[in-house]
Amino acid sequence: MKRIMLSILLAGLLAACASKEAKQESKATIEESTPTQSQPQPSTAPAQQQSVAMDPLHDPNNILSKRSIYYDFDKSIIKDEYRPLVQAHAHYLVGNRSARMTIQGNCDERGSREYNLALGQHRADAEKNAMTLLGASKSQIETVSFGKEKPRCTEHNESCWSQNRRGDIVYQGE
Amino acid sequence: MTFKLRKRIRASAAWRGALTKIIFLLLFLYAGPLQAALTIEIIGGGATQIPIAIVPFAAEQGLPQSITQVVGADLARSGLFKLVDTGGINPLPVEPGDIRYADWKARNADALVIGTVRPLADGRLEVRFRLMDVAKQAQLAGFSYNIVPAQLRPTAHKIADVVYEKLTGIAGVFSTKIIYVVKQGSKYELQYADADGYGSQTVVTSNESIISPSWSPDGTKLAYVSFERKKAVIYLQSLLTGQRTLLANFPGSNSAPVWSPDGKRLAVVLSKDGISQIYLVNPDGSNLQRITYSGAIDTEPNFSSDGKWIIFTSDRGGTPQIYRMPASGGESERLTFEGTYNVSPRFSPDGKSFAFIQRGVGGGFNVAVEDLATRQVQVLTNSLLDESPTFAPNGKIILYATIENNRGILAAVSSDGKVKQRLTVQSGDIREPTWGPFLKAQQQVPVLNQ
Repeated sequence: MKRIMLSILLAGLLAACASKEAKQESKATIEESTPTQSQPQPSTAPAQQQSVAMDPLHDPNNILSKRSIYYDFDKSIIKDEYRPLVQAHAHYLVGNRSARMTIQGNCDERGSREYNLALGQHRADAEKNAMTLLGASKSQIETVSFGKEKPRCTEHNESCWSQNRRGDIVYQGE
Repeated sequence: MTFKLRKRIRASAAWRGALTKIIFLLLFLYAGPLQAALTIEIIGGGATQIPIAIVPFAAEQGLPQSITQVVGADLARSGLFKLVDTGGINPLPVEPGDIRYADWKARNADALVIGTVRPLADGRLEVRFRLMDVAKQAQLAGFSYNIVPAQLRPTAHKIADVVYEKLTGIAGVFSTKIIYVVKQGSKYELQYADADGYGSQTVVTSNESIISPSWSPDGTKLAYVSFERKKAVIYLQSLLTGQRTLLANFPGSNSAPVWSPDGKRLAVVLSKDGISQIYLVNPDGSNLQRITYSGAIDTEPNFSSDGKWIIFTSDRGGTPQIYRMPASGGESERLTFEGTYNVSPRFSPDGKSFAFIQRGVGGGFNVAVEDLATRQVQVLTNSLLDESPTFAPNGKIILYATIENNRGILAAVSSDGKVKQRLTVQSGDIREPTWGPFLKAQQQVPVLNQ
């Protein structure tokens, strides 16, 4: 019960922050929808303009290119530092109703495979809940868990484990 | 008789603290694309070991498999027996009348196994064996088996089971099987093998992970979780026909299948309704029924062998702990209180205790056993990353997975913590062990009279 309260509280906070930024974000979307104007002189085009032309999901200067949220051991609470990332992806889904994503929950190797599978699912679902509270549609987000079955790093130490405790966002078609 | 033998050995506990280190290099009997050698290593001996001489079976030279060797290896591996050297005794006894008991008393043998293998006219073999009490100079057991040569190894396991049960009073598990997953590079194989690691057979191969295999109570079917659909789904597969059916493929994760003791239901874990919760379902996928409503992670269900209880892991209290509830659902009771991470509960076959994985104060994940009456917890291992404990069907051994030298291996510990073994494959990682059930009694075996 305590956990649920925390989740609702966190989601509420995210929603509060979100309403301000939603407008800025939608502006950016409009700018990006007219990229052809910068194309006539590609050789002299400044880097900034080039980034505008890029798919925001893959523009390294855009927060949408960041796809991983990292967790503490045995936790599925989204840390403050990842709120902007969750907000940005939620707004992208709001602005692009045809966009679909899968959130893949992962865990470090310690403990049971089944508990970690459930924990990874819980992490992915926590991200989905946060994004739907920010306006994304449930049908846009699928969640899966790989538990500890697909470690990014395979050494048996904390620096490795910390990389494996994460949720990854993958858009359809990627 | 059993009692007398054990008492006498206890009195002369010369073996206490002795560390036997016997290595058997076992080759898989069946050729396969991933043929690998399994090594079983005994790390510690029991406090008391019964000295027993296994006299080489007469006329077994030239056979594809030595019975003597398998019986001896089985008994030694249990940690409860000390093999007495049979060298230098000439002629070796074949029938009870041949035995010069003074020879065996001089070697401190309490028991003696003698036998023969005789070819029959129809191409089969007649295997005869007797277990003799050296002190009483009397027969404790005697059987004869008519078999085809391919049954030499299973017959040797049966003989070891008879010896083990006669001398310890506990059913032997040498004829049972284990299932486990081997990971070689990016390839996963679900395999089963005899309890000594021989005769491995591949059930299914996948490029994605396979976890949580579970035996049906009759030993003919498996349930397991596969990630081959890029998410966790549950399959059932017949070991007799190889036929496979999808049991659960709901949105989210489908996992942790385990059969009820009557084989009519399975407990599974689904996240389709929000968070991982426990459900019951028929083997054909019908009659799905949710039995936990905690709002927290509930997973790793396991039935008591009387079918009355389910123990499971839940983080409803803030950390993963072990709980018990009636098998149809209802009020649950927390069973673990030490530490912040207790997972993977498995009832002992007699239902009086359960094995689980406990994260210790030093951060290691170890196999532990809790007595349900006294709530006493005994930690049995001191490794770093143990997981997936599984009881032998006689309750005397717990098999589990662990990491050693950066590789996944299986290890076993006696339920009193005294005898330890390792089981490794030549290359790759081995994990997710589940010990199979006792199989139904075979046809009547002719008894050899004294």
